[in-house]
Amino acid sequence: MAIALTMPALSPTMETGTLAKWLVKEGDEVESGTILAEIETDKATMEFESIDDGIVGKIVIAEGAENVAVGELIAVLLEDGEDASAMDSVAAAAPAPAAPAAAQTPEASPAPAAAAPAPTPAPAPAAAPAAPVASGERVFASPLARRIAEQSGYDISQIPGTGPRGRVIKRDVESYTPAAATSAGMGAVSMDGDTPFEEIKLSNMRKTIAKRLTESKQTVPHFYVTVDIELDNLMTARKQLNAMSDEYKISVNDFIIKACAAALMKVPAANVQYMGDTMRQFKRADISVAVAIEGGLITPVVRGADMKGLRQISDETKDLARRAQEGKLAPEEYAGGTFSISNMGMMGVKNFDAVINPPQAAILAVGAGEQRPVVKNGELTVATVMTVTLSCDHRAIDGAVGAEYIAAVKMFLEQPSAMLL
Amino acid sequence: MTAQKFDMVVLGSGPGGYVAAIRAAQLGYKTAVIERAELGGICLNWGCIPTKALLRSAEVFHNMKHAADYGLVAGQLGFDIDKVVSRSRGIAGQLSEGIKHLMKKNKITVIEGNGKLVKPGVLSVEKDGKKTEVHGTDIILATGARAKELPHLKADGERVWTYRHALTPKEVPGKLLVIGSGAIGIEFASFYNELGSDVTVVEMMDRVMPVEDEEISAFSQKSFKSQGINIMTEASVTKLDKKAKTVVCTVESKGGKSQQIEVDNVIIAIGIDGNVENIGLEENKIKVDRGHVVTDEWGHTGVNGVHAIGDLTGPPWLAHKASHEGVVLVEKIAKDKGHKEITDVHPMDKGNIPGCTYCRPQVASVGMTEKAAIAAGHKVKVGRFPFIGNGKAIAMGEAEGMMKTVFDAKTGEMLGAHMVGAEVTEMIQGYTVARTLETTEVELMHTVFPHPTMSEMMHEAVLDAFGKTLHM
Repeated sequence: MAIALTMPALSPTMETGTLAKWLVKEGDEVESGTILAEIETDKATMEFESIDDGIVGKIVIAEGAENVAVGELIAVLLEDGEDASAMDSVAAAAPAPAAPAAAQTPEASPAPAAAAPAPTPAPAPAAAPAAPVASGERVFASPLARRIAEQSGYDISQIPGTGPRGRVIKRDVESYTPAAATSAGMGAVSMDGDTPFEEIKLSNMRKTIAKRLTESKQTVPHFYVTVDIELDNLMTARKQLNAMSDEYKISVNDFIIKACAAALMKVPAANVQYMGDTMRQFKRADISVAVAIEGGLITPVVRGADMKGLRQISDETKDLARRAQEGKLAPEEYAGGTFSISNMGMMGVKNFDAVINPPQAAILAVGAGEQRPVVKNGELTVATVMTVTLSCDHRAIDGAVGAEYIAAVKMFLEQPSAMLL
Repeated sequence: MTAQKFDMVVLGSGPGGYVAAIRAAQLGYKTAVIERAELGGICLNWGCIPTKALLRSAEVFHNMKHAADYGLVAGQLGFDIDKVVSRSRGIAGQLSEGIKHLMKKNKITVIEGNGKLVKPGVLSVEKDGKKTEVHGTDIILATGARAKELPHLKADGERVWTYRHALTPKEVPGKLLVIGSGAIGIEFASFYNELGSDVTVVEMMDRVMPVEDEEISAFSQKSFKSQGINIMTEASVTKLDKKAKTVVCTVESKGGKSQQIEVDNVIIAIGIDGNVENIGLEENKIKVDRGHVVTDEWGHTGVNGVHAIGDLTGPPWLAHKASHEGVVLVEKIAKDKGHKEITDVHPMDKGNIPGCTYCRPQVASVGMTEKAAIAAGHKVKVGRFPFIGNGKAIAMGEAEGMMKTVFDAKTGEMLGAHMVGAEVTEMIQGYTVARTLETTEVELMHTVFPHPTMSEMMHEAVLDAFGKTLHM
């Protein structure tokens, strides 16, 4: 029978996608592996491959369609020998857009395969009814409320409903003030409205960044601990290692990844995640590394960094960063992670505070390594010093643990040989 | 004297009171209803129901007169007004009996007598000179309303009637003057006109049924006139001069023109007054505004544990509004008491209360009139569809009528719907559901209406507002 192609869940947080481009047209013959379409998710543009052989019978969702719900029928594939009439059954049986992969909560999981389903045209599993996930849950709203929200440019899922059983009704939309508008209101008031501007449409990535980080700053109680780290021993070690071969070039950042992972093993109380009723303590250090890319940023993950050598970390990081720039990361490569590093040292930043990337509980903000005067044993001397600031989720990590953890990071970076232990 | 104690006591057993009592009992509250007359109040006994019984007789009579149009032969045409009235009274009695059973089934104590609020939590009930005390943690006042009368417009029950007298005529007046063209006035005008009275309707405003959409009013007015009803708008009755067997009515028209009309009977239908007297409102400082108790959106009076619903409170004065208020109020009280079954209570949206008038042709509406929508700042899209374009209406021999929809041009909200014609009172609920669910034109257009029905016109009237009508 004809095969229903539905909007795949290309990342664990994906609720909707934009059908950026169809690479096939109706009547085209495709085989398993043929790239059917490009789909823009909240993170990146992904290729959507066919896993079946057949003929494209009907394209249901047109190119350029935005906010196509995960699970929604986007095209119908006819199998050998089928004619158009076979499509009717699919259209009728097409699953309603279900909560996308309800079982796949956005929390990191030690098993990457489970955290991020491979792109698949199969409908999202209808199981796990009403899993308590905010994302992807059906929004109950009246048609009129939806239309007014759309006309006002509001995201209906952000509007609190006061109708029967919390349904969003007209009144709610009319009385809604978007959070962004309120906070920006202070600055905006003084604007006389004459300043020339250009309205820039938000990409899905920008929307996701806005949503996730607003949520983080509003719901995660952040606290910060800052230390200075002397890098002279590390620079020496790095020079020696890099002199040994032309096949690799270890960066300071690679050392930082390794040190952060080693410190998470040394202070497991920092390798945690706040889960509401419980807390999850990870047994492996999966380090998310923030990479700035066109239009935003993405955090590919170096998994099991505690068990990997510097060279492997270096190779992996370079590869991930390059593919991130090209928008070609697979979802499982940026899903999960137990800890993040944001390094702005190469941009000359001395020190900054990073926003925690939920549901993670900590992120390390790394400044530039620079020569600074330091006092050692009562004498003024010069050392290469870098300032780092750890942002912690106080629900999961207390101040003492944060201090213990950052001290461990400092120790590993100041005495890199300790990482060999 | 031992006082009876209840969780909730409802004063008045009309469609507001008895429904509130049932809901309270369903939620497990020990409930009592105090009633001074018949169970079911005006609606069942002297209003909605008995008038529908009379109007049905008139409708059947009308059809008999038009038997030939359907290829039928009807013999000697006529009616027996006593039997028409006794049928109506019988139905009222039957339904009042039904309320008695409902009270019993729900274990609601019915207390006969005149109730009065002594203080929050306490009512006194007087019956045949004996006084008892009834205690209720929550007290719901639902005493309803009565016909409004003015010093120069007073009913005597003989020649000058209110709806009460008009429901039980001993004979059909040869000439009848109806003061007021609201639902009550126009229904009696329609009934008596059908039975052969020479009917004049005097309306102060510039059109009949002034609360309805202007186009619907105009349509109805034209139809009434063609049926032989004399309509005088922008006119008022300034004097009723009772003679031996007639009443001479002085009617002043716009511009001071005065004329005298001599009729057998007059029906006063100029509105209603809430039954606010002798129920302890002043003593308990319950606020009354222009003859009606002031409440918040839930029915709270502001006095702890004392609530009010229905015609006793603000408009619209309709039975279904009273019933719904009763349910909402009881559920709100339950929720505030932490009742585990009630988690979600919402005040009634008065914009979604339909209105029905059972004259011929019937009139029904919900939401805003076109004029009101424009006055409220809406840019509107209006759709219309005539009964003559509908197969079922033609087959029924009921091709007189129209439907009208008013949409907000930008949002597609259905702001109002207005109908005139046969059976429209049975159809307006479709648009009411649409408004309550906040549908837009899209959902209405995608709704499949059954063929052949007159409800297809509801679809067409929506399509027409967006230039998509099919059968015109």
